[in-house]
Amino acid sequence: MDPSDHLFRRESGRMVSVLTRILGVHNLALAEDVVQDAFCRALEVWKFRGMPENPAAWLMTTAKNRALDVLRRERTAQTFAPELTRWLESEWTLAPTVEELFAENAIQDDLLRMMFSCCHPRLPEETQVALMLHILCGFSVAEVAGAFVTSHAAMEKRIGRGKKVLAGSKKLFDIAEARDFGGRLPAVQRALYLLFNEGYHGASPDSAIQVELCQEAMRLAGLLREHPLASTPATYALSALMCLHGARLPGRLDSSGDLQTLGHQDRSRWDAQLITEGERLLELSASGEDLTEYHVEAAIAWMHATADDVEDTDWATIVSLYDQLMAIRPSPVVALNRAIAIGQREGHERGLKELRAISNADRLASYPFYHAALGEFELRSGRGVVAREHFQSALTLARNPTERHFLEQRIAACELATAVRQ
Amino acid sequence: MSEFLYLYRGGQSDRSPEKMQQTMQKWMAWMKELGEKGHLKNQGQPLEHSGKLVKGQQKTVTDGPFAEAKDVVGGYTLIEARDLDQAVELSKGCPILEFDGAVEVRPIMKLSM
Repeated sequence: MDPSDHLFRRESGRMVSVLTRILGVHNLALAEDVVQDAFCRALEVWKFRGMPENPAAWLMTTAKNRALDVLRRERTAQTFAPELTRWLESEWTLAPTVEELFAENAIQDDLLRMMFSCCHPRLPEETQVALMLHILCGFSVAEVAGAFVTSHAAMEKRIGRGKKVLAGSKKLFDIAEARDFGGRLPAVQRALYLLFNEGYHGASPDSAIQVELCQEAMRLAGLLREHPLASTPATYALSALMCLHGARLPGRLDSSGDLQTLGHQDRSRWDAQLITEGERLLELSASGEDLTEYHVEAAIAWMHATADDVEDTDWATIVSLYDQLMAIRPSPVVALNRAIAIGQREGHERGLKELRAISNADRLASYPFYHAALGEFELRSGRGVVAREHFQSALTLARNPTERHFLEQRIAACELATAVRQ
Repeated sequence: MSEFLYLYRGGQSDRSPEKMQQTMQKWMAWMKELGEKGHLKNQGQPLEHSGKLVKGQQKTVTDGPFAEAKDVVGGYTLIEARDLDQAVELSKGCPILEFDGAVEVRPIMKLSM
């Protein structure tokens, strides 16, 4: 088995989803125990007898047999999925029903059901994302905490609360109900967007984790695209932006692991296949009336992904796209990126003016790249001493060693520039 | 060459699917290496953690487990090694040790007349 193939993690999400469908959402913890059991069994048996030919199927069958055991043992004592009760109660229908529920196409629906259930309106967005990562992507609480650079205790509390709301919601989200489906879909898209962003812009020092988060978001977005009600233009746009951003991930760090700015990235290391896929999805997103933030962001990502270099980039169009984005979904980070794009188009002084004009810049005060942007424009304007101060502020906010190293290099560049001028 | 029995005891695994997968891959790599070096006489079997204990002249039957969870034998492997020292040395590569488990190394008694 290829170690980069996260078989256990992937199957964990699939098994928990189908088991929760059968055992009922109030039995989420029981479903998780059954999955844990299946993994323990795999571990014990495979280490002596080697891997089975189809490990995923082996795990599923083990989980299915455990579920049958539980259902037979407990069916008089407790209730399982209410809508399935009459099928699970009789020995005549139990096994065939469970068999049917474990069919591949049924599991696809279970994953979607779980994805929508995780985006319960009573849960804050950050909890929705954490739940998805934990339940659907098979990250342990410790791993989710690591990815979000949060303490284990805080993440345990967040996920625990999320599970409680989920278990208390009595039944899983009904994906057959078209109106509810359309109503919840934007929340699901948003959570996937945030999951992707956590990987792409997040604080995790481990570039492998960043890539994994992005890949998980892309995988889940793929599930949305496969469902007739979920494959909306916004879903295609969301998928496109993930591909077009994701394509640039391999270029963000150079061969010695140092962070590179857009202008200095080796663009030949960008993933051409992902760019092509992003373009295909972007085309598919261009139907209907809706212009979502995902459309606009995907268009910006496409402009960057297809430009030969920073000079060749069509900054005028990018600025107008950021204007649109500010109109659809304003945020301090969008305002920051817009100001940087204006600076690229109209010069550093103008860029500085825009940066300072951001209305709620205080919300950016703790974001290292706001200070870094100020420093960069100051440096280009020839004010090395001021630039150095901004980079110094950024350095105190750096979230990991890679960012720290990058900012130290910028500080060195400021010092060099100042020395040359004197 | 002499034969030795490895008895694997305890070894709690992490609840993270990713970690469990990594543990399994370590086990398979370790077994493979033992095999390639010609030390694997029989890779053995895992044992269920449940069972019965039949004891004494009264033949009283009780339910397992027969020891604390951390001491329960979870499986065995038959090894070929030069001597006890080498068998012990080889056992140090066992991934169970990373999880607070233990390998009991027992020489198979030689039938010398």
